[in-house]
Amino acid sequence: MIRRIKVLDSERCVGCATCMFACTRREGKASLESSRIHIRSIGGMERGFTVIICRACEDPSCIYVCPVSALKKRKVGGVKLDREKCIGCGSCVDACPMSAITMDEEEGKPLMCLYCGFCVDYCPHKVIGKEEVKNGSLPK
Amino acid sequence: MDPYLNRVLIIDLKKHSYRIEEREDYFKEYLGGTGAGLKLLKEFLDPKIDPYSPDNVIVFAIGALTGKFPMVSKTISLFKSPHNNFLGESHAGGRSAIALWQAGYGAIVIKGASQTPVYVTIDGGTVKFKDARALWDLGDTRTVGRIMRERTGRSGLRTIMRIGKGGEKLISYSTVTTETYRHFGRLGLGCVFGSKKLKGLVISGKRSVLSKNKQAYKNMYDEIYNLCLSTPTKKYHDLGTAGNIMPLNSIKALPTRNFKEVTFEKAEVLSGENLATNYLGRRIACSHCPVGCIHLAVIREKYPDEPYFYKTSLISYDYEPLYSLGTLLGIETVEDFLKILETVEKYGIDAMTAGVVLAWATEAFAEGIIGKKETDGLSPSFGNRSVYVEMIEKMMEHKNEFYKLMGKGVEVLAQRYGGRDFAISYLGNEMSGYHTGPAAHLTHITGGRHSHLDSAGYSIDQKILMEKKSITPQEMAKALFDEEAIRQVLSSLVVCFFARNVYTIDRISKCLKVFGWDLNEKDILEIGRKILIEKNMMKRDMGFDMENYYLPKRVLEVATPLGFIDPAYMKETVKHFKNFLFDKS
Repeated sequence: MIRRIKVLDSERCVGCATCMFACTRREGKASLESSRIHIRSIGGMERGFTVIICRACEDPSCIYVCPVSALKKRKVGGVKLDREKCIGCGSCVDACPMSAITMDEEEGKPLMCLYCGFCVDYCPHKVIGKEEVKNGSLPK
Repeated sequence: MDPYLNRVLIIDLKKHSYRIEEREDYFKEYLGGTGAGLKLLKEFLDPKIDPYSPDNVIVFAIGALTGKFPMVSKTISLFKSPHNNFLGESHAGGRSAIALWQAGYGAIVIKGASQTPVYVTIDGGTVKFKDARALWDLGDTRTVGRIMRERTGRSGLRTIMRIGKGGEKLISYSTVTTETYRHFGRLGLGCVFGSKKLKGLVISGKRSVLSKNKQAYKNMYDEIYNLCLSTPTKKYHDLGTAGNIMPLNSIKALPTRNFKEVTFEKAEVLSGENLATNYLGRRIACSHCPVGCIHLAVIREKYPDEPYFYKTSLISYDYEPLYSLGTLLGIETVEDFLKILETVEKYGIDAMTAGVVLAWATEAFAEGIIGKKETDGLSPSFGNRSVYVEMIEKMMEHKNEFYKLMGKGVEVLAQRYGGRDFAISYLGNEMSGYHTGPAAHLTHITGGRHSHLDSAGYSIDQKILMEKKSITPQEMAKALFDEEAIRQVLSSLVVCFFARNVYTIDRISKCLKVFGWDLNEKDILEIGRKILIEKNMMKRDMGFDMENYYLPKRVLEVATPLGFIDPAYMKETVKHFKNFLFDKS
């Protein structure tokens, strides 16, 4: 099954960052730093939170700026990183209009969402959900 | 194990310098938090010092499970309390624990005092001392937070601890506010910040930890996570602690009008149900807590000088302020309650102590013990919101001797003016909102922090009430001791007490194992017992003796659901508790 993560309602977010911990736990880490999903307060916690996650764009900005063509567009939208090719220049980080790509400073490579949906299972407040992608295009 | 946990950041405010040292034995032996913090305090603090002097020391600590499992979301602080002159201990959540963990330290020790106001930013290994002279007279904790937020790096998951005017003016029960809505409250950490000219602390970092066994970690995490979201923990998300108002009112244990009564005719107005239905604007969570118990009420106020001009504020409410600034003061509307709470929050003072002090002043005024000379022309009466707000303002200005003493707590006031028998406080800390039976009061007497959370006596009382079976003083002392010993384990890991039913000793043992700690249930219980005893030994070195407690007459005059409190029973229980601490050690 192919899917992307969808922000259902960021107003329901309590800012616990449990989704971020889930993202890194998938790799056996306890970490916020290497998470591929990001929760930030909108200037003070009373105003609520913003959820930043790769939107799996149909026409992703990041792939155009990669000088070594390490990013490939997936058929169904979103991108795949070729870690062998990647030189860690960070151009994709700057290019993403959503600021959904961050650098893993330990490895010097960008952290790209894998669209696995693991984080969704750890959001008890229905802020994020999984959206199935069929026939190579997202539902309108 | 967790190598970063052993690292201690030692900050010297006098020299504006810092160093990083390792204390592996403290964290290995005591898990972190309260346990390791006590060892650090013992190392750095002379128990005899004046808590207002630069020699006072502040310790912040997290524990072995911080960052690894959900609801392990608290930071503990230890210091010498300017409020009761004994050990100060206070816990808070917000972003503090996860931020400190990310910064790569198990603890921070702050010593000395700065010449001029400063705030300190810690981003991993980089520590900066920033000029806070311009911030010093900015009394509103919210404004101070906003300024620091805009001027320090790494937004998102950092913690911004700060004091308001309460700490600056050395109110002995002032708090350190973190993330606007959480507090290191009760025993005056804010006052120690103020005496050190420390306006705030901003902490952030990037570090991570790798589990030993990926699958074992995921499995254990899921077990804990699912329990966090089921009953009884879920109630903290629904109504929050405010849900206590109605049950306590119905069993006649809700302290009202300075403990003169135990039911409040307007309880329904101040109930969690009413607040959630009609005022709740948002719920937020501490970092790594899926529960999200922080309830924010919306208050919309009209400016009197211009038509159609409003301001909207969000104020976090909990059971404790609803008791102390609500029922205890006979406040009859949510708007009035929120207004008093907002004032308390603005200046950063402890809501419980502020309420008990105002309730005492109201009664002292009615009894003629104090008059308009003391109150500077004000006439406090139960239910009168605007007078209470004005009194807090005058206290902040140290308007006269009375208002200056008001900033030192109810026992200091009673010592000066009389009225000790309706000053509801034990061993220098004001009472929480439970007149459930003897255990609630005994928790305040015997507990390390003189807080309802030390051994949750209110819960023992309610168990006795349900089972209709009384227990002997020795059994009571044992129940209180055992509960407090287990809570030392939680506050060393540092688990939020709302997850106390999730983190049973066997699950704690399993969680620790995933990260390389090999401790069985017996070892863990022994750690808790040891910490509790060592804590009380430190208090003894500070001149503390729990048998010196005073039982205010008011407490004896009003029946609890378990009947009238028997002073002989109290005395006997305290004696046994002390024996558990010192005779077997």
